[in-house]
Amino acid sequence: MKYLNLLIFFVCAVGLMSSCTSVKEYQKSRINDSDMELSSRKSEKFEQAFYLYREGASGANGGKSGGGCGCN
Amino acid sequence: MKKILLAIGLYCSFLNAGKAQLSTYYGDTTNFKKRTLKFEEINIVSGYYFQDGNNSAITGGIGTEQLTDFANSFDITFSKIDRYNRLHTFNVDFNIDRYTSASSDNIDPLTRSSASKSDTHIYPSINWSVKDDATRTTKSLGYAFSTEYDYRSHGFNGGLTFLSKDKNTEYAIKGSAYLDTYMCILPSELRPADYPSGANRDKAGIAYKPRNTFSGSFSVAQVINQRLQVMGIIEPGFQEGLLSTPFHRVYFSNGNHTTEKLPSTKIKLPIGLRVSYFGGDKLVVRGFYRFYVDDWGMVAHTANIEIPYKISPFFSVMPFYRVNNQSAAKYFNKYGAHDPSETYYTSDYDLSKFISEFVGVGLRMAPPGGIAHVVNWNSMELRYGYYHRSNGMIGHSVSLQIKIK
Repeated sequence: MKYLNLLIFFVCAVGLMSSCTSVKEYQKSRINDSDMELSSRKSEKFEQAFYLYREGASGANGGKSGGGCGCN
Repeated sequence: MKKILLAIGLYCSFLNAGKAQLSTYYGDTTNFKKRTLKFEEINIVSGYYFQDGNNSAITGGIGTEQLTDFANSFDITFSKIDRYNRLHTFNVDFNIDRYTSASSDNIDPLTRSSASKSDTHIYPSINWSVKDDATRTTKSLGYAFSTEYDYRSHGFNGGLTFLSKDKNTEYAIKGSAYLDTYMCILPSELRPADYPSGANRDKAGIAYKPRNTFSGSFSVAQVINQRLQVMGIIEPGFQEGLLSTPFHRVYFSNGNHTTEKLPSTKIKLPIGLRVSYFGGDKLVVRGFYRFYVDDWGMVAHTANIEIPYKISPFFSVMPFYRVNNQSAAKYFNKYGAHDPSETYYTSDYDLSKFISEFVGVGLRMAPPGGIAHVVNWNSMELRYGYYHRSNGMIGHSVSLQIKIK
């Protein structure tokens, strides 16, 4: 039940985010910087793979990309 | 001197006049878009990973976990604009890992070198996306293949993203399915009399079992202000089939031992949040937090922070720190501690309670004239990280990425 509450909170928070101030395209020089990307770096690719194998928790980060059992 | 300046000025004005005439004749030339296939970029990533510990699941939760992995990835991206002004992007990704595993060598401890002492993991993928500015949507489809000695995987994925009118909010929904097949190699002493070892010339009659993974993801990315953007992501997943590893040993409290046994289904729910903040003119803070829960009883919290600092516009230093705190799966117990009456059991320390930390630094160079004055060599990134798990396992990771554009 507490996880369901967390999920509801998350969905509401995400919904509220869209009411933020509008930023124009010409004001996005910092937002468009490559370091500001909301995803993992290409150079982190193999780090993601060993997290996936060495830790029980995975996902919410781009997820599994190429199969493999990681059973060793 | 005046005559020379006058001549240059006249030449420039003639050029501009010529350009203006061309624009009038052909329409606005700045709106002209090439419709041929265009090369976008190549990314080459090489990584070396080393780990060591003393809790190998293959020997029942004790014994060496030493592993080395040399991984290489090559991906190339092309794009094309179609007659409806939609941008098609094609990406081909080829990856190959060569690893050696001391623990896998203990599947058959009586031989000097078993079939799984080292292996090659090959996993190519192709992706296609179509971006339509008129509807502010991007649709994508992809296929991934993966093969190891005892494992084969076919992956399919599709996605849809929608950008708000002011381009400050992006909604994305994705789905993926991985249909895998596992060759059941058993520890040598636990094989039935006529069961093959799985070695190259001894595979006839060996069992193959399916393992399927289905996951979806829903994310919302929002620009909050000129310096801050956030993204929330939910990625529920479902797995079915053989979820245990057939050559992992489990030792019971009565001295007997067998192979790992885990339920044939697993439901997981990770919820993540990413934040990127540009502070001042040189500093960026990238944060990530994930809450994870699954129906095997594991709950985990993961946080990651990276602080890229721009020493110059073309050179950044990126220290990072990541911590993961997970509880044990309810089927985990250490060597010799499982009760023989239990239905499911594992001594795989990847499913145990621990805190892991990963700390390191990255360096990024992207000079305007290209690296070593090679114009197309756009950027280079080098990363090193040290991994430590509270149960004693350690690891080192080095990665080098080269971008050609």
